[in-house]
Amino acid sequence: MAEFFLPANSKVGRGRTFKAAADAKHVRVFRIYRFDPDTAGNPRIDSYEIDMDSCGPMVLDALIKIKNEIDSTLTFRRSCREGICGSCAMNIDGRNGLACLNACADVSGDIRIYPLPHLPVIKDLVPDLTDFYAQYASIKPWLQTRTPAPPDGERLQSKGDQERVDRPSACILCACCSTSCPSYWWNSDRYLGPAALLAAYRWIVDSRDEATGERLDQLEDPFRLYRCHTIMNCTEACPKDLNPAKAIGEIKQMMAHRRQ
Amino acid sequence: MPVRARPLSPHLQIYRWQVGSTLSILHRITGLALALGFLALTYWLVALAGGAAAYSSAARFFAGPLAGAALVGWTFAFFYHLLNGIRHLAWDVGVGFDRAHSRLSGLLAMLAAVLLTAGLWGFLWHVARP
Repeated sequence: MAEFFLPANSKVGRGRTFKAAADAKHVRVFRIYRFDPDTAGNPRIDSYEIDMDSCGPMVLDALIKIKNEIDSTLTFRRSCREGICGSCAMNIDGRNGLACLNACADVSGDIRIYPLPHLPVIKDLVPDLTDFYAQYASIKPWLQTRTPAPPDGERLQSKGDQERVDRPSACILCACCSTSCPSYWWNSDRYLGPAALLAAYRWIVDSRDEATGERLDQLEDPFRLYRCHTIMNCTEACPKDLNPAKAIGEIKQMMAHRRQ
Repeated sequence: MPVRARPLSPHLQIYRWQVGSTLSILHRITGLALALGFLALTYWLVALAGGAAAYSSAARFFAGPLAGAALVGWTFAFFYHLLNGIRHLAWDVGVGFDRAHSRLSGLLAMLAAVLLTAGLWGFLWHVARP
């Protein structure tokens, strides 16, 4: 069932403020969600004043500056800093995205940073993605075949067939889409969510895969697939400009066609 | 290390309203409003079948300001639900999923629903003028 309010242990309180140096000229305030599992107390919002003259342009640059110079306890995931690893996915200014691809200058006013929505928080901006990965694994994201592979080379496909899987293969599993989806918030225990369904689509349309029927059988369920109500938050959130909503729509069409 | 229940990260409280999500929840709200509107329509039909006295009391009820506002609201709900339903039909055949297209079709559905509601009530007001 949809729970519109946060449970008591998740209500967010006010935290500390870290002032900028008095001579700083271009100060911006970062309001960041903090949760420390090792101390008592609810999550809180800490405010960090940053002199943008000595800070890189991206939100990730600011987070790294805070961790290096102001508050080393701030915890977040990051790796590639160029939008290909998907580690620094978080909620920035009310929208899910990658901290490394979002410029501070694109946010007006204070820059509010939260972990990805409606997930259990391990610490600060680090949510628990165990279920998300389990859902990805449940769609069997690998090539399934019955016929033996050609003895003299790989399984070939036409250029057109490759183009069908090319874009959905670019998904980096950052979870921005799934955690932007209200349907996924309310039913993440049973609805697979846009990321897992986009991955399912990628294997369903792959001309080399021979388990298309089984894959569709697996999705023929009131919750796993059909909790998508085309809200389109997933497509709006995707930092790689992919279109999970369209992929889900095409899976629904395939379901309808094979029933005929 | 103490074992503590993990808090749930904020969701509805912090997520910025998008064109898509706003129109989607409005589709549900207008659907609910239309279901309630059917009760009013049923009441009117029953009154119509119940004779002159029943009908005149129903007519008085529907002439009131509150019922008038509800009727305008139901008209908007009808047009919006219809037009947004057409968007859903288009999606069902795989059309209009691009980010720009879905935003544009949503804004058009909203604009058209407002214009049709205003147009219909303008027309009714024009016709009913003594």
